[in-house]
Amino acid sequence: MGSEKNKTLKEITKNKYQYGFVSKIETEKFKPGLNKKIISLISSKRDEPSWMLEYRLKAFDALQKMTPPNWANLKIKPIDLQKIIYYAAPKKPKYNSLDEVDPELLKTFNKLGISIDEQKKITGVAIDIVVDSVSVATTFQKTLKKLGIIFCSMSDAIKHHSELVKKHLGSVVPYTDNYFAALNAAVFTDGSFCYIPKGVRCPMELSTYFRINEAGTGQFERTLLVAEKDSCVSYLEGCTAPMRDENQLHAAVVELVALEGAEIKYSTVQNWYPGDEKGNGGVYNFVTKRGICFNHAKISWTQIETGSAITWKYPSCILKGNNSIGEFFSVAVTNNFQQADTGTKMIHLGKNTKSTIISKGVCAGKSNGSYRGLVKIAKSAENARNFSQCDSLLMGQNCGAHTFPYIESNNNSAIVEHEATTSKISDDQLFYCKQRGIPEEEAIGLIVNGYCKDVLKKLPMEFAVEAQKLLEISLEGSVG
Amino acid sequence: MLKIKNLNVSTADNIQILKNLNLTINEGEVHAIMGPNGSGKSTLASVISGDPKYIIKTGEITFFGENLMELEPEERAVLGLFLSFQYPVEIPGISLNNFIKTALNQKQKALKLKTLSPKFILERIKENAKILKINLDFIKRSVNVGFSGGEKKRAEIFQMLMLEPRLSILDETDSGLDIDALKIVAKGVGRLRNGKSSFVIITHYQRLLDYIKPDFVHVLSDGKIIKSGGPEIAKMLEEKGYEWI
Ligand SMILES: Nc1ncnc2c1ncn2[C@@H]1O[C@H](COP(=O)(O)OP(=O)(O)OP(=O)(O)O)[C@@H](O)[C@H]1O
Ligand SMILES: [Mg+2]
Repeated sequence: MGSEKNKTLKEITKNKYQYGFVSKIETEKFKPGLNKKIISLISSKRDEPSWMLEYRLKAFDALQKMTPPNWANLKIKPIDLQKIIYYAAPKKPKYNSLDEVDPELLKTFNKLGISIDEQKKITGVAIDIVVDSVSVATTFQKTLKKLGIIFCSMSDAIKHHSELVKKHLGSVVPYTDNYFAALNAAVFTDGSFCYIPKGVRCPMELSTYFRINEAGTGQFERTLLVAEKDSCVSYLEGCTAPMRDENQLHAAVVELVALEGAEIKYSTVQNWYPGDEKGNGGVYNFVTKRGICFNHAKISWTQIETGSAITWKYPSCILKGNNSIGEFFSVAVTNNFQQADTGTKMIHLGKNTKSTIISKGVCAGKSNGSYRGLVKIAKSAENARNFSQCDSLLMGQNCGAHTFPYIESNNNSAIVEHEATTSKISDDQLFYCKQRGIPEEEAIGLIVNGYCKDVLKKLPMEFAVEAQKLLEISLEGSVG
Repeated sequence: MLKIKNLNVSTADNIQILKNLNLTINEGEVHAIMGPNGSGKSTLASVISGDPKYIIKTGEITFFGENLMELEPEERAVLGLFLSFQYPVEIPGISLNNFIKTALNQKQKALKLKTLSPKFILERIKENAKILKINLDFIKRSVNVGFSGGEKKRAEIFQMLMLEPRLSILDETDSGLDIDALKIVAKGVGRLRNGKSSFVIITHYQRLLDYIKPDFVHVLSDGKIIKSGGPEIAKMLEEKGYEWI
């Protein structure tokens, strides 16, 4: 059915980025460039304690001895760190009620369909919204406070919970880990901090909407989640960005600490500006996400990646404790000229540790998607188990899907299973749907959603709908 | 309602399958099409429903006066055309339930009618599942994935009952069905037989026709209709085989 389908696919993949607009919020920002002076300025702007500045400067020293990684299956134009602005914040950073918030900003949220008002009403989701680098509104603090849960911006945490931050920051992702982690440690401006006390089950989904807002501004969030013994939390992170021509660098670091018996579920829907149909612009997304599990702890990463021009991201679990569990569920959609190299690392150190990896890649247009995963079984990891399933779905003839599974097993009692499939949406499937009255565009959406179902069902309810919408937007959207 | 005139159809590699075929189906009629393997029965069904695998060289197909050849398969479906596939395809991850809901509401949308409420659809699902003796758990399974041969056919008829088409083409829906299932399918067809809906029943066997009495029987051979007549033709074929013609 060749040309007919190609035509529709072309129209589908031509779909404009719906969230591309720039909100006119007055912004305070620094001059571009990266040096010790800028770092000191970032630190003093935020009234940080001296240990924080020292940490940043050490990270900067480490960064200068490092080079960007080049092993990923990505074509990246060199990034000039000196051309980036390292700090931008809305002029009036804190509000008590919505009335005080810049109407332009509210409009932005409305366009995104995530007005704070609406969000407040939805099933008790606490929201910590990060516009550029400073938190603007934090809600539901009271309920959380009663339980002893801390959910605040990283800058607040550094000021008010200094000891906790000092103890855990960099404990899972040290600044020596990689180039982007070092960069982040040196210049991060904000992000979220979350602390769940011993035995507490957080009664609501904690959610953060990130948004890059200022031209030429690098965004370097830092997120730290600490779940004390036998506690439980589900955390949501979602992103959209306005349309831009110049590339925007994003290098976030997320650290999760799941102490004995704790459970952390971390879900992401990522929809940053992917660049236009010609491959111009778009966000460069280099993220280091890692969690550590102590005895009987569990960390689950779920991600829906639809945006960014380049994605470099491997949410990982260090299964340090005995009987700990790591999970990774991922849908990565690439379209047009997008490139994604994403996957996970499961490092089994403890006995009876278990990990599950389910990765679904969907490639359309001229895009390239790679799954890269490492399953490492240490000598100490008696009876470790891993199951990995990596599927790719190709749409059209010009895209590519690649799978790079690495397995290092140093213990004979380990069982590691890996399954991989590559499929296409078949003409017969499309015809079957159409014969029932379902047009091509909807049929593709239906089939893709079906293909990703195993991952979508891992998302919290509130997010699942949004994620399905995103999949449709990135693949079918507004034709004609 | 359906008029096919001098239809010549080839595959992409230019192999001619249908040769100068003519067929007219009026409202409320049941036509049976029989014929040896490879004679072009499924091809005819596919061409009527708009499968782009086949190329119409010459000829005309109209449905309620509309030129079908200008319409997309989904537009034909909205006009009330339904094909029960000989080999229904698997669609992983989409429940039959969700699939049929989507189909119904896409049809509503195309007709500029309002979306059907989940409650209304559920009632219809229950009603039709009961007729076809389908378990509601079955409807939660992914479309055709792991269905047995007979279950696939039953699921096709279930969709037919849900969509209430004006013309249904059943391509060997009876193959692979046990006697009880055959009766159930016949009952399903009977439900839509109200003098307005028409059926094309492609089959190799007389037995389905015992339950669904056709008005006409056609014999297709090598892409041509070589004989047309009443139900007696099917009986003769069953006794004497195609040699008889
Ligand atoms: N896409 C195709 N490419 C090449 N040949 C095809 C194609 N589709 C059908 N044919 C051929 O056309 C002829 C008719 O096929 P069709 O499936 O219509 O037969 P049928 O009458 O339905 O047979 P059966 O009773 O076995 O179902 C066969 O010889 C078949 O191999
Ligand atoms: Mg056939």
